Amino acid sequence: MGGVFLSLQGFWFVVIGVLWAGYLVLEGFDFGVGMLMRFVGRDDAERKAVIGTIEPVWDGNEVWLIVAGGATFAAFPDWYATLFSGYYIVFFLILIALIFRGVAIEYRAKRSEQRWRSAWELAIVLGSAVPAFLWGLTFANIIHGVPIDSHGEFSGGLLDLFGGYAILGGLASLALFAFHGAVFLALRTTGEVRRRAKAFAIRLVVPAAALVLAIFVWSAADSGHTDGKWIAAAGLATVAAVLLTLSLGLIVRDRDGAAFAATALAICSSVAAFFVGLYPNVLVSSSKAGSSLTVFSTSSSHHTLALMAIVALIFTPIVLVYQTWTYWVFRARLRGDSLPGEKLLGGSGSRPTS
Amino acid sequence: MSALAVTTAELSRWQFAITIIYHFLFVPVTIGMGLFVAGLQTAWYRTKQERYQRLTVFFGKILLINIALGVVTGIVQEFQFGMNWATYSRYVGDVFGAPLAIEGLVAFFLESVFIGVWIFGAGRLSPRVHLATIWAVAIGSIMSAYVILAANSWMQHPVGYRKVNGRAEMTSLWAIMTQGNLLEAFAHVMSAAVVTAAALVLAVSAYHLLKKNEVELFAHAAQISLVVLLIGGISVATWGHFQGQLVSREQPMKMAAAEALFKTEKPASLSLFALTPFEKYPSKTSFNITVPHVLSFLTDWHWNSKVEGIDYWQSQYQKEYGAGNYKPIVAVNYWSFRLMIAIGTLFVGWASLGLWLVRRRKLEQSRRFLRLSIPLLALPFLANTFGWLLREMGRQPWVVQGLLKTSDAFSHAVSVQAVAFTLAGFILVYTLLAAIEAWLVVYVVKGGPAPPAREGEQPKKIELGY
Ligand code: HDD
Ligand code: HEM
Ligand code: HEM
Repeated sequence: MGGVFLSLQGFWFVVIGVLWAGYLVLEGFDFGVGMLMRFVGRDDAERKAVIGTIEPVWDGNEVWLIVAGGATFAAFPDWYATLFSGYYIVFFLILIALIFRGVAIEYRAKRSEQRWRSAWELAIVLGSAVPAFLWGLTFANIIHGVPIDSHGEFSGGLLDLFGGYAILGGLASLALFAFHGAVFLALRTTGEVRRRAKAFAIRLVVPAAALVLAIFVWSAADSGHTDGKWIAAAGLATVAAVLLTLSLGLIVRDRDGAAFAATALAICSSVAAFFVGLYPNVLVSSSKAGSSLTVFSTSSSHHTLALMAIVALIFTPIVLVYQTWTYWVFRARLRGDSLPGEKLLGGSGSRPTS
Repeated sequence: MSALAVTTAELSRWQFAITIIYHFLFVPVTIGMGLFVAGLQTAWYRTKQERYQRLTVFFGKILLINIALGVVTGIVQEFQFGMNWATYSRYVGDVFGAPLAIEGLVAFFLESVFIGVWIFGAGRLSPRVHLATIWAVAIGSIMSAYVILAANSWMQHPVGYRKVNGRAEMTSLWAIMTQGNLLEAFAHVMSAAVVTAAALVLAVSAYHLLKKNEVELFAHAAQISLVVLLIGGISVATWGHFQGQLVSREQPMKMAAAEALFKTEKPASLSLFALTPFEKYPSKTSFNITVPHVLSFLTDWHWNSKVEGIDYWQSQYQKEYGAGNYKPIVAVNYWSFRLMIAIGTLFVGWASLGLWLVRRRKLEQSRRFLRLSIPLLALPFLANTFGWLLREMGRQPWVVQGLLKTSDAFSHAVSVQAVAFTLAGFILVYTLLAAIEAWLVVYVVKGGPAPPAREGEQPKKIELGY
């Protein structure tokens, strides 16, 4: 395990893990906010405030996914090819959900008719819940294994992707993101909306922590491994569950910022547990031992890996600086009443309180 | 197999073509309107004239509706290489993945992060920083175009690589990012985006001028759009010409087909109107109006030079790559090329006519000119599509010229049924979204700009929040 950083392949494996962690932390709360929006926001003004917490940032968050995909393509072309073609229908469903969700966030407020808004709100709820579930399912399949033939191609059918383990993985990510989103909403709103978001957070924490633990217990039992790698993965999974519990304590004490940091870290350590458990594989094969794809069997040439490492090391810090800055710009809490006519466009906006 | 059977490869081609053409309906609007709105906001920042503020907000709304669809359809493209073209991805990933990753890291982050700040940041940022955010968006979209075209140009004309272990490996990123094919395609695509945006602004302004709504404001917008349209039109034609010359050296079969030139000629005549028999791969034209010497001249500035025809390249490629058909579909190349050029030429003329009307102070009264300017908006979108059909279908049977055939590039793990399902899904969803978007744009256009500030009111900010 310690050798990860000694090879360029290891370096890129870590980079891709970091990109996924960034994506799941950021879009994770977008998904949670989207799923909960109809329940936390009871009237139009409240729903506007709820969506308002993610409106300025969701698009930038989604780019983490695009870069994770692009980096996989550049660094591990065979991983990218087998994964994306093998999980064809799953990825198609994710794409359709992301399409509707993105368009819905942008178009919902463009007209004021009730039917228009309800239809787009439904698209936001489903467009958030479906990928939240399917990402968990995808990751579960990657580590648990699906049939892969001797050419390194996926050789199963659609049903091979919907086994019990994978569905449990999907439910775990669904619950985790819902909880994460509730905590984020509590941090970013005030008044009645915030009160309801907290109530949701309290209700969601037990299922989220339990499912995350369950999936890792299953993985460990299943793999039969007891080497250092699996001990580390199990440790990280436990850390995730502890952080989730901690986050509940913090949110009850109105320490919203700290609570959000704890759920974000919980997601990071779940992702870390996954990647630690996976290494050096990138896609586990359930059909025949030995035909799993690994970082070494799927990687690009040394030249490309080295060059792209330089590109990544230069630009990632720049991106982090300006993306963090935008969260600072939009730090004011939103509340669910509005001042008519305050905005020039698209009716009333939700009002920042500071 | 029966004649009706379709393959995964064929359906994947249809899906890629449909989804990317759809994506490229929004892309030029984002690039062109992004620049236009950034320019308007800069004018407002500099002059503090209210009309620029009102135009920025009004056209900004149209830009935002468009970007929403550009973004969500772009993610589909990013995923499709792996989903439908797995063999391709394995073969070229070492070279092709790099620009894709760079595009996300360098361009999409810039664009996507700052578009949110631009929309919602008006009240929270100083006017200066707020102005900087729209420029970040415009620059991000231009960089994204450059990088993705680098990837596409490499498929047209592979450079900076070597073949190792049955795949292409990168040897020089610099060569890939600076080759002539890329530079000329970039200039041409940028100009095309500017033409598209200018035609859009002209059509919207013409609508309001016809309604006698905010005449002063929209006469001003129409004038700006006509100037931009003229410059963009000349630029797209000029770069297109140089691009054609380059392509006739790098992919001579493509240009021979685009000229329906079957037999080698010296000097070569330019075909103005040709018909071929109703076959996919005909071997001659059945009707052809030509002008002597002109094709020679256009190809390399010499009136008497030799231009090799389709038959010559077919036998050349057979010698080089083995038996097979190396001809693209001639009619597609020929007509998409001609129609694109016709549209470009038409816009140069149309913009000149409009500017002449402006000089004679008759633009607002010329109802015929204004009325025709509205349907003309369809043309740049058609020209963009024709251009891509020429570039991509002209490259067939290759997916990477000379290295990998399209018929070998598809995903073995994906069944025909699966692609049929997703293709139907994309068509359904995309049609629905196109209808909604068109309806929303019309609604915003008809609504017109917000009323001007009343006497004694504070000067307005540029507020775009929903
Ligand atoms: C508003 C859009 C528009 C207009 C008016 C034109 N084009 Fe164009 N053309 C494009 C939009 C476009 C495009 C969509 O941007 C393409 C596709 C790929 C590319 O590089 O640019 C293109 C491709 C393209 C190609 C293929 C290059 C290749 O295969 O690498 C050639 C030779 C030309 N164009 C030439 C012209 C000429 C001589 C025009 C004269 C007026 C012209 N185009 C007008
Ligand atoms: C980096 C950019 C691009 C890449 C890598 C790319 C790659 C491909 C691939 C893999 C195919 C499928 C195989 C084939 O039929 O050729 C294809 C086809 C096609 N692409 Fe591109 N493409 C790019 C940009 C575009 C754009 C922006 C458009 C225009 C809107 C476009 C238009 C088409 C069309 C019309 C086809 C169908 C051609 C055919 O089926 O014969 N391409 N391209
Ligand atoms: C096959 C090729 C292509 C792929 C894989 C692709 C991928 C993408 C992706 C993932 C996005 C969304 C980014 C976001 O969330 O902000 C996007 C948007 C965009 N793409 Fe494409 N793209 C392709 C072709 C092109 C071409 C040829 C151009 C320009 C010449 C272009 C220019 C843009 C621009 C300017 C945007 C910003 C959003 C918008 O257009 O409305 N793309 N693309």
